[in-house]
Amino acid sequence: MVATSPWVRLLRRVLARRPHHAVRASRLLGRTVVVGGALVAGAGVVHAVDLPEDRAEMMYHRYDGGGTRADGPALLIRKKVADRLSLTGSYFIDSVSNASIDVVTTASPYKEKRTEYSLGADYVYRDAMVSVSGTTSDEPDYKANTVSLDVSQEVFGGMTTVALGFSRGADKVGSRYQGFFDTAQHWRYRFGVTQILTPRWLMSVNLEAVSDNGYLGNPYRVAQVFGTTVLERYPRTRSSRAVKLRAVGDIGQGEQRAAIRGEYRYFWDNWDIKAHTVELGYTRYFGAQWLGEAFVRYNTQKQALFYSDNALSETLYVSRNKQLSDFNDVSIGAKGTYSVGRYADRFDVKLNAQYQFMRFRYKNFTDIRNGSLYSFDANVLELFVSATF
Amino acid sequence: MRALVIALGVAALAALESGCAAPEPWVKPYERERLADPIMRLSRDALADKHREHVYDVRESSRGATGVQGGGCGCN
Repeated sequence: MVATSPWVRLLRRVLARRPHHAVRASRLLGRTVVVGGALVAGAGVVHAVDLPEDRAEMMYHRYDGGGTRADGPALLIRKKVADRLSLTGSYFIDSVSNASIDVVTTASPYKEKRTEYSLGADYVYRDAMVSVSGTTSDEPDYKANTVSLDVSQEVFGGMTTVALGFSRGADKVGSRYQGFFDTAQHWRYRFGVTQILTPRWLMSVNLEAVSDNGYLGNPYRVAQVFGTTVLERYPRTRSSRAVKLRAVGDIGQGEQRAAIRGEYRYFWDNWDIKAHTVELGYTRYFGAQWLGEAFVRYNTQKQALFYSDNALSETLYVSRNKQLSDFNDVSIGAKGTYSVGRYADRFDVKLNAQYQFMRFRYKNFTDIRNGSLYSFDANVLELFVSATF
Repeated sequence: MRALVIALGVAALAALESGCAAPEPWVKPYERERLADPIMRLSRDALADKHREHVYDVRESSRGATGVQGGGCGCN
């Protein structure tokens, strides 16, 4: 194998794609180089990123745990509209029935519906893909709009994919009692690299920084100071970082295809929360039509600086949001996919079911009804049909 | 003069070819069949992944770096 420098590979690529550049090159470098350039141009391969395949997904999702039930339908359609352009649209409904511990100890259980619409476009140009999307989420007391721009570029003969992204969110915050009373803004900056390691292994590294500004609390929740309930007081800014490492490998032997994956994320923010998340999964085929997956996940976090189950001093900020407390949650889940086959000679249809059991254990959040540390279990279910065409 | 330019050009190319050699992609496109299989995808079903991320976002403090926007295994 002859090693070549990046500059020579760039020259090959340019000459392969833009033959008229060879003429300019001839003026510059003389005939000898042109002959060499023509030879390498012949050896060059025009590489291009593929658009995601056309796809439709229809899903029923359900979360049930800790007194909260959220379920509803969701729909996603992705369709190429030109050689280089693919459009995507999705619809997501959450019908929430909330009787969580925060609600039953301080207010009345309630029901509400969240509706989310997303539109996006992916455009490929040579080895790069540019994606833009917009999402709007609407519930009676919270409205959120987000726009995103992502660019990914394949380099190094398609072995490495580098991705950069940015999102900007603008929310309106309200409550049932006083209407919309404040706003929040969010900025997200992300960077990712996916690398092929061997013919059987690939890995990725992702980094994301998130900054928030505005009303970041919850108008319904209360905190405890000296055993007395007071309104929560949140900082109006937050800044967080997260880094995630993932590796997935094919461990199949012969015709049997199977894969394992491992993921680890470290998260930290300027509210002094630190979290570690680990997930391991195993996927394999059972015959030609069945695909099964099993996974376990563990998340642990340290509390925010201003979190207190029952504050014993007056502080500028105070919260009793259990999401900001010291806790861990463990999940175990399974997913099954059945390939129905081709329908109407065009649609490749799959039936999917995913179930996940979660257990949350809080280390410094007590159930004020009985004084013991709080914990709860949750069941998460997704049933969906997907079709590629 | 023209001969000198040609000689310098050839010498520069030779130096680039040998001196600054970067490693070649060591997994060739024809060796990526296993990587292209759906079981190797970091995100296989967009809606189900979105639902799971939403479940975590609402109940855990950690967020971001999910990799949904990045990815791509370069298996074309």
